[in-house]
Amino acid sequence: MISLTWQWLTDPQTWTGPGGILAQSVTHLRISVIALILAALVAVPVGLYIGHTGRGRWLAINLAGAFRAIPSLGVLFVATLLLLPRLSGNLAFELPVVLVLVLLAVPPVLSGTYAGVEAVDPAARDAARGVGMTESQILWQVEFPAALPLLISGLRSAMLQIIATATIAAIVGIGGLGRYLIDGQASRQYEVMAGGAIVVAALALLVDVVMAGVQRLVVSRGLVEASAT
Amino acid sequence: MIGGVAWSTVGDLLLRHLYLAGLPLLLGLVISLPLGWLATRYRWLAPPMIAGTGLLYTIPSLALFILLPLLLGTRVLDDANVLVAMTLYAIALLTRTVADGLGSVPVATRQAATAMGYGELRRTLVVDLPLAVPVITAGLRVAAVSNVSIVSVAALIGVSQLGQLFTEGFNRNDMGPILVGIGACVGLALVLDAGIALLSRVLTPWLRAGAA
Repeated sequence: MISLTWQWLTDPQTWTGPGGILAQSVTHLRISVIALILAALVAVPVGLYIGHTGRGRWLAINLAGAFRAIPSLGVLFVATLLLLPRLSGNLAFELPVVLVLVLLAVPPVLSGTYAGVEAVDPAARDAARGVGMTESQILWQVEFPAALPLLISGLRSAMLQIIATATIAAIVGIGGLGRYLIDGQASRQYEVMAGGAIVVAALALLVDVVMAGVQRLVVSRGLVEASAT
Repeated sequence: MIGGVAWSTVGDLLLRHLYLAGLPLLLGLVISLPLGWLATRYRWLAPPMIAGTGLLYTIPSLALFILLPLLLGTRVLDDANVLVAMTLYAIALLTRTVADGLGSVPVATRQAATAMGYGELRRTLVVDLPLAVPVITAGLRVAAVSNVSIVSVAALIGVSQLGQLFTEGFNRNDMGPILVGIGACVGLALVLDAGIALLSRVLTPWLRAGAA
């Protein structure tokens, strides 16, 4: 079985062409990145607001907890059954999936953002106020950069969940690496399922490493050194 | 009948779901306790151990369910695949939590225990561990709720539990079973969550003594 999987993975035909691993990875990443961006557009501003004002904190905490309990596979099927008859073309398959992925990603991004702002040293905030910064200057020049480590780790865990769930989403007919898992099962080709599983695990790891690199680049040196000591 | 599903079927699937999500939680905790302890005892071990166990969490669940038969030599439909995968996820979440919990014990408390003649093992079990209970159970609650949600994915490879209601409903274009399944999943997650919260309360009577 392992040698069959290895054969499948090392066959150039597996990788190229419209249904190949490269093309499916691009689709998988495209859907995932769109979902992450949409989730960030919603959750980061709300998280910054909650962190800066302290208002709606219970909402952020409870929302994150309650959302974790909702099984995304079930929600995916509900969204698909509701939306599929009402849309046409590729959108009919991809929109329900993207919606579910956004729903999944909002809580971790939201809690990462507000926890990041909340964890900012009050002395730094007071100092900024003392030197005459306006509230929006404090938010963008002090709180936002200081919140980045937690904000980005929220984005990272959201992205991992998105990539994992985009795999499941192949069951409703979208492209992406999940196709190998679903189609391999349908055709009883275990080597295709196992090979696809290896590729998607590798992609998840790779994306996480890239995001860790981004985190290293954008987080201020001063913060990194402060937390290291 | 509820949503086109017999009550007895919901009950059976619920029990299967509890078994597949709950047992790995216990196994994960039992394995994470010594791992987390090692990470606090030997500081240099902490970063590789926490990064290493965290890495497990980056593997998508469906991929893990499919790969484990290859690694374990089990059959594709074996419950063991799901149990092992969920245990790995629990370890990924709990090792860090146990280390954080043990690390949160005040140094003065630890020194006092040592001064009273407690050896390292006895101090860890009788002093550090009880004080770490609130942090550990907080992590356990997260792991319990995530486990319940992730296990439902195993329906895609044919392992039966509440997730089976999702695939059945979807294949028949029938919303009923899907909604019943979601409700039962969320209900189970909330019950486990509340149970662990209650357990944490019972195990830490001193936290209430001060407030009363």
